[in-house]
Amino acid sequence: MSDKKLPKVVVEKKYFTFAEPPNEMVLDSGARLGPITLAYETLGRLNEDKSNGVLILHACTGDSHVAGYYSEEDQRPGWWDNMIGPGKPVDTNRFFVICSNILGSCMGSTGPSSINPKTGKPYGFDFPMVTIKDMVKAQKYLIEHLGIKKIMSMLGGSVGGMQVLRWCADYPEMVRSAIPIATTTRHSAQAIAFNEVARQAIMSDPNWKGGSYYGGPGPDHGLAVARMIGHVTYLSDESMRSKFGRKLQNRTAFSYDFNGDFEVESYLRYQGAKFVARFDANSLLYITKAGDYFDLERGDGNLLVNDNLSHIRFLVISFSSDWLYPTYQSKAIVSTLKKSGSDVSFCEIDARWGHDAFLMPNEQMDKLIGGFLDRISHEC
Amino acid sequence: MNAETELLENTRFDLQVIASWISPGSRVLDLGCGNGDLLYYLQREKQVHGTGIELSESKVARCIERGLTVLQGDFQEEVHDYPDLSFDFVILSQTLQQIMEPKKLIPELLRVGRRVIVSFPNFGHWLVRAQVLFTGHAPVTDQLPYEWYDTPNIRVITIKDFKRFLRMAGIRLAREVAINTHHHDREGHIVTYLTNLRATYGIMMLELPG
Repeated sequence: MSDKKLPKVVVEKKYFTFAEPPNEMVLDSGARLGPITLAYETLGRLNEDKSNGVLILHACTGDSHVAGYYSEEDQRPGWWDNMIGPGKPVDTNRFFVICSNILGSCMGSTGPSSINPKTGKPYGFDFPMVTIKDMVKAQKYLIEHLGIKKIMSMLGGSVGGMQVLRWCADYPEMVRSAIPIATTTRHSAQAIAFNEVARQAIMSDPNWKGGSYYGGPGPDHGLAVARMIGHVTYLSDESMRSKFGRKLQNRTAFSYDFNGDFEVESYLRYQGAKFVARFDANSLLYITKAGDYFDLERGDGNLLVNDNLSHIRFLVISFSSDWLYPTYQSKAIVSTLKKSGSDVSFCEIDARWGHDAFLMPNEQMDKLIGGFLDRISHEC
Repeated sequence: MNAETELLENTRFDLQVIASWISPGSRVLDLGCGNGDLLYYLQREKQVHGTGIELSESKVARCIERGLTVLQGDFQEEVHDYPDLSFDFVILSQTLQQIMEPKKLIPELLRVGRRVIVSFPNFGHWLVRAQVLFTGHAPVTDQLPYEWYDTPNIRVITIKDFKRFLRMAGIRLAREVAINTHHHDREGHIVTYLTNLRATYGIMMLELPG
C-alpha cells in the first residue's frame, strides 16, 4: 500500500420496495408482511454476464454502509472499509459488491420503527417476528431485482454468517461460493442467555411501554445496558485486560461511589450511549430473537447436508479468542460440509480480540479472503 | 528436467516422485500439506481436485491465498468426516514416523481414498545403522535431524518393516520406489537394489486387495 492519498470512494444509500399488498411476503411464522423496503448500497460494477456479484451480509446491528464514504467531505467510512474497496481483498475494481440492511433493522429497511400502512403509525410490537430465513428471503428479492441469477460469493460474520449459511441452505442454486465468518449453525445456550439479558434490560425500562414508545422518550437506558452486555460478549478476557486492565478513568484513587471509577466502566457507558443515538430498541429485540431462533440442525437433520450444496465452495473462518461463537462451532460447520462432499477450506485465525476480531484489520484474513475470491473468480 | 517438473524443482524429491504417480483429474487429499507446493503443482499441471489438511495457521493461510482448498486441523481427526472413497489418492508424505497409531490410521485412509501414497525416512539406511553400531548414539541424519529428546519422530520405520506391516494388515503394495536424496532432499535418485540399506526414503502406493 502506498501512502498516496487515493480519491474517496463515494457511495449512495438506495432503497428497493417490494411485496406490495396484496402480494405480501409470507414469513417463516406464517404472517404476511408488505410492503417491504430494503436499504442497500453497491460498489464496483456488475459485469456483462452478471457473474461478479459479491453479497456482504452484515451482523446484528450493522447497516448497508459497508464501505466507502457518503461524500467527499464524509470522514467516516463504512464498517468494513478495510476489507472492501479498490485493490482491497474484496476488490471493487473487479467485483460488484452489494450490502443491504436486514429486514427488522432500523437503518433504512422495514422494521418495527417503520410506519405500519394499516395504522399510519410505527409498527412497534405489531411488527411480525422475522427470522434469519425471512431476512434472506427479502435479500433474494433484491438480488433478483438487480438482475443477478447467481452470486459469485457471499460473506458475513456473526449474524451475517448465519445469513450466509441460510442462503446456502435455502437458495443453493444462487450461490457459487460462501465465506461464513465467526458464526454458527445455532446459538449456544450461553449466546441465547446473553441476548435474553439484553432484551430484558430493554423491556424492563419504563419508557419501553410494550414497544409503543415512538413519538416520546424511548427506553434509552435499557438499550444502553443491552449494548453494554453485547459489547462484553464481543471482547475477550485478554483484550479487556490489555485494553483496560484495572486502570482508573480520570482519577488516581477510588471515589467510593458508583459513578464509574474504572476505564472499562466508562468505555461501556460510552459505547451504550453511542448506540442509543443510532439504533432502535425494538429492532434489537427482534434481531436478537431471530439470531436465537436460527437453527440449521432443527427437525429432520442438518440443512447443510444436501446434495444441492455440493457445488458451493466454502471458506470457513473462526477466531481463537471468540467465545461467543467459538471455533468448535465453525469446526462443526466444516465437518458437516465435508460429509456432504462440499469443497471446504477452514482457518482459525489466532487473534486476541474475541468475537470483534472479524471486524478488525487483519492481514491473515485479508490473505484468506483475497486469495479465495481470486480463485473463485477464475473458476467462473 | 522438463517444463512440467520445473514447478516442482525446488520441492522435495519424494514429492516429485509422488506427483508422477497421480493421474490427471483425480481427487487428491494431501495430509500435512505444508505450504501446498504439491497440491499447487498437481492442480496446475494435472487438474486434480485437491484438498489439503494442515495444522499450522500460517501455512493454511498461505495455501488458501494460493487458491487451494485447505483445512486447518489435525488430519488424524479430520479424516474421519469424509465419506468412503471420497478421494482417488490420499498422500501421507514424511509424516508416518510421527503418527501415534499408524495401525489404525492407514486402514482409515484406505477407507476415504482408493489409494494411499506414503513416504517415510528409512531407518534401515546404512548411515543410521552405522551410527548406532559404531558410535552408540541414537542416529541423527539429514533425514532424521533430531536428538532423542526433541524428535517428533516417534516411530522407527524401515522399508523392510513397513512391508511386513502391509502383509500383516492385508494391504496390497501397488507400487513402490526407494530413493536416495541429497541437497536438503531437493535432489535425489532412485535406488534399485539393497533398498533397505541404501535408500533414505521409501515411497509406497497402497490399496486394498480385490
